[in-house]
Amino acid sequence: MTTAIETRGLRKVYPAPKPRKGNAGPPRGGHPGGPPPFGGGGPAMAPSGAGATAAGIVALDGLDLTVEEGEFFGLLGPNGAGKTTTIGVLTTRVLPTGGHAFIGGADVVAEAVAVRRRIGVVPQRPNPDRGLNVLENLVFHAAYFGFSSSTSRARAQTLLDRLGLGDRAAARVDELSGGQQQRLMIARALIHEPQVIFLDEPTVGLDPQARLALWEILRGLHAEGRTIVMTTHYMEEADQLCARVAIVDRGKLLACDAPAALKKQAPGGTLVELTLDGPAEPAREAAAAVAGVLTVEVAGDALRVYHPQGGEAVAKLIAAAQGAGRTVTNIRLAPPNLETLFLSLTGRRLG
Amino acid sequence: MTAEASARAPGAARVFLSLLMRDVVVVRREIVPFLARTAMQPLMFTIIFGYVMPKMRFMKAGYTAALLPGVLAVSLALGAVQSVALPMVADFGFTKEIEDRLLAPIPIWLVAFEKVVAGALQALIAALFVLPLARLIMGPIPGLSAEYLPLVVVVIVFGAVAFSMLGLFLGCIVAAPQIGLLFGVIVAPMIMFGCAYYPWRGLDAIPAMKVAVLINPLTYIAEGLRAVLVPDLPHMPLPVVLGALTAITLIFWRLGLRAFLKRAIG
Repeated sequence: MTTAIETRGLRKVYPAPKPRKGNAGPPRGGHPGGPPPFGGGGPAMAPSGAGATAAGIVALDGLDLTVEEGEFFGLLGPNGAGKTTTIGVLTTRVLPTGGHAFIGGADVVAEAVAVRRRIGVVPQRPNPDRGLNVLENLVFHAAYFGFSSSTSRARAQTLLDRLGLGDRAAARVDELSGGQQQRLMIARALIHEPQVIFLDEPTVGLDPQARLALWEILRGLHAEGRTIVMTTHYMEEADQLCARVAIVDRGKLLACDAPAALKKQAPGGTLVELTLDGPAEPAREAAAAVAGVLTVEVAGDALRVYHPQGGEAVAKLIAAAQGAGRTVTNIRLAPPNLETLFLSLTGRRLG
Repeated sequence: MTAEASARAPGAARVFLSLLMRDVVVVRREIVPFLARTAMQPLMFTIIFGYVMPKMRFMKAGYTAALLPGVLAVSLALGAVQSVALPMVADFGFTKEIEDRLLAPIPIWLVAFEKVVAGALQALIAALFVLPLARLIMGPIPGLSAEYLPLVVVVIVFGAVAFSMLGLFLGCIVAAPQIGLLFGVIVAPMIMFGCAYYPWRGLDAIPAMKVAVLINPLTYIAEGLRAVLVPDLPHMPLPVVLGALTAITLIFWRLGLRAFLKRAIG
């Protein structure tokens, strides 16, 4: 196997936003540093995720990743974890502050044009060219990559058929639904035959049916041997689709393995999460004393207990909480999965 | 797939032309609203100052000779600034439509330069649309000469490119909510204080203003067009105009490109 993507010690620090003087608009001179491209989810919108320092907002903090050719690779993390910035750097749209990144051996900074030739990008928010109709969006994008109009027209129609947009070729982009626009973005990312396809949270905002349809499309692309890198904050999506998943948070890689292997690392047992009406710390001891409990974690008002059976322990855990003077306001059960691993790695929940 | 993809490595010129073709297709589709937006203001001025006021004998007979080059200069300015800056504010501000061009396998500065070329072409279209109409409305223009036609082309192209670069700069520094200010606070004063509707040499009567308008790029285009279209009318010397236009073009390109790169790459 050859390496499709490699990052070494990748760092990105966005300049700290200038304090505003009560005016509504951004400061003159545009957005300093700018939000990361391809839509929201950037550090400016999720200050809780990225670490804000005096020097700026640290979006990537020494990220090392390797993706093999033909792999379906997932980047999993909450909003602000640095996923979109990672995609931005790998797609030459964000300059790293430090470290290196390579696509097929080409440096994303020094050989940006060569990198762009190898990649297709599906942005977080569809950004079709509204001056052009559906088919033209594809034909022109192909032309930017040197495909003649005759070749790309046939290819575009095939792609549109395959993505269920065959009868919308002449439509204006505005006439498409959100899901259809998202599929148009996938067609656009494929029209120039890229080696690596990046998808930034492609299923956000799609209804469950459209999401499943998109999963099928992505599986098909992977079966054709393409390298796919997808960011998501949906556990099940990463679990269902990806051969390997990197869990990132605050710009750092926390774990990277096959979903099955990652799940083995998750704390054993079922997660029973009790939300209390106040800080959960006082209930920790009583919860740990319940028969069979493996681990207890406390995060604010949340009491997270891992138990081999889960359900059986609920009544005893409620009693334990009440014994500590707390009332249980919500209960959630989760089988061992990537989410429980993520929780135990970061202390934070996804999504 | 891999071999095919890597074999297909289009040269920068070919990618550039594809980007330009995209703009040509879009402009062709939007030509009527574009001309309405761009030509309306200079044509209204032409009607009032080039037809109505002279008819009322408020204007001297020769005024149209000074007005026609100015109207042409305004058409160039509006055509270029509107066609580059307006879409760019939207592109960078909220639609992010330009992203697919920023992913094209070409250096980013060429994406910016393509916008300048497309904007200059639209400015030329606007000027070529307004010129015959203005001449028609004003009637015969004393001293209008075709003697320096090649120089007319040089000044017009220079003007189109310079304003297109100004459009690039403005489009990159103005945030979407301030788009209204762009025309009210920058473009409108530029047009009124740009020696478009009065000749620069006429400002001998107001020396302070005669100096102040020199920071306005429109002054040089309007005066340059006077120098080559109605050479008998007192005007700024052509070498001065050409020197200033060269400097303006270089400055706006530098500023525009820097602003563009800042917006295009995070």
